[in-house]
Amino acid sequence: MSDILTDGKAATAPHDGLSVLEQRRSTAETFGIPLAVLAELTHRCPLQCPYCSNPLELDRGGTELTTEEWKKVLTELAEIGVLQIHFSGGEPTARKDLVELVQHASDVGLYSNLITSAVLLTREKLSALADAGLCHVQISFQGNEPMVADRVAGLKKAHEKKLEVAKWTRELDLPLTVNAVMHRQNLHQLSDIIQMAVDLDADRLEVANVQYYGWALKNRAALMPTMAQIEETSRLVEEAEVRLKGILAIDYVVPDYYALRPKKCMGGWGRQFFNISPAGKILPCHAAESITGLEFLSVRSNHSIAWIWQNSEAFNRYRGTGWMPEPCQSCEFKEIDFGGCRCQAFALTGDAGNTDPACTLSPMHEQIFKQAEQEAASDNNRFLYRNFAGGTLETEGEHGA
Amino acid sequence: MALGRNISVSEASRPKLPRHAKLKFDETRQVWVILAPERVLAPDEIAVEVLQLCDGVRSVSAMIDQLTAKYAAPREAIATDVIAMLQDLADKGFLTEAREKTS
Repeated sequence: MSDILTDGKAATAPHDGLSVLEQRRSTAETFGIPLAVLAELTHRCPLQCPYCSNPLELDRGGTELTTEEWKKVLTELAEIGVLQIHFSGGEPTARKDLVELVQHASDVGLYSNLITSAVLLTREKLSALADAGLCHVQISFQGNEPMVADRVAGLKKAHEKKLEVAKWTRELDLPLTVNAVMHRQNLHQLSDIIQMAVDLDADRLEVANVQYYGWALKNRAALMPTMAQIEETSRLVEEAEVRLKGILAIDYVVPDYYALRPKKCMGGWGRQFFNISPAGKILPCHAAESITGLEFLSVRSNHSIAWIWQNSEAFNRYRGTGWMPEPCQSCEFKEIDFGGCRCQAFALTGDAGNTDPACTLSPMHEQIFKQAEQEAASDNNRFLYRNFAGGTLETEGEHGA
Repeated sequence: MALGRNISVSEASRPKLPRHAKLKFDETRQVWVILAPERVLAPDEIAVEVLQLCDGVRSVSAMIDQLTAKYAAPREAIATDVIAMLQDLADKGFLTEAREKTS
């Protein structure tokens, strides 16, 4: 009993769930069905954040999957072994059928997470979502006070509304994660954002530095932090992690431009994650459609989701390590970072099959790092706001908000 | 951590899984899992057995008695292990105390 319990403690450590299952050689070995899937219900959103992770070419409302189609997708996901569903967007609460979809996820046994900007929620709607079995709420914050936050969101009174919804979330006994996307325009507020998360009684805080593709790449000059800001950020996060142990869990995403090694993007292409776009395409990551020349199949095709995951050309193109060029192919880290991010490699080098330039071993790293440093030092602070019209430039004096 | 905050597990505790942590048998992979925000854990058989006893009604003391009888092992050894394991889970936010104990 003692020995087994000791083992039990080891096994219940917060590992990457997949790696635990892989070690056990279960059916969730590499390329088994992912444990969690991101459902982007819509690209519609009242916010206009300049770093939006949605593609530049947004899916229009009319192309979105219907309620019945999403319910069929949720049923299929549960049947093939997906355990968690993240309802995201765009703004998922812009869908009038969200409560019905959350209820359906509960009915088929999926653990549901709502990733929201919160600005469209009422207390009644949130309460209905809780009653439908919603397990967790993640609210994005753009700053710790309205001046910066509403400017970044491009929406007046957004911050005030978010604070209100966060309060309701905890009153309804739902666990809360505060998601703070950080960049040069708000990094000075990080200490206050951490305190705000504590004051909101959040369980988790994600401090996520902007990842630069799509809208964020267009806004890189206005968003890129300086090296000094990044060093200060890491110091603040490390200090807060120690101080708030047992009170607030902090997940920290570093900006890969200033890293030595690239991020293990999506845990490796087609390895443990896929998302479903509003129009029903099965994608290896939410930015994958930015890579031209790959054909992504839809849940509306004749193929099952499992077939698309296992067999489609787009998923197999960059799976594992066989596709890698040098310097990745002979690199000792190739199964640690899987060559970094394909979308970033495509956006910055024009070929998704190249080494991610975030890696110091990439021949393009030096040039890109220098450019980022110059942009960070520039005083170009003007945003291109995200919208269906291809973006709108921030005007002098009158912010998007 | 709001729900599991500062829980100190003792024999008098009546722990249960908080709303955001769900213990579930994964039919596809034939393994027990704990589902939590952004996380899937794979507890071993003994952890699963103990977690299934965490219903917010049963005390840790009662759990230890039950396990002592089942495994015919010294109570003291089992108590030490069970409390250590539950404390570890509580520290990670996967256990809370029954509602009336916290509010």
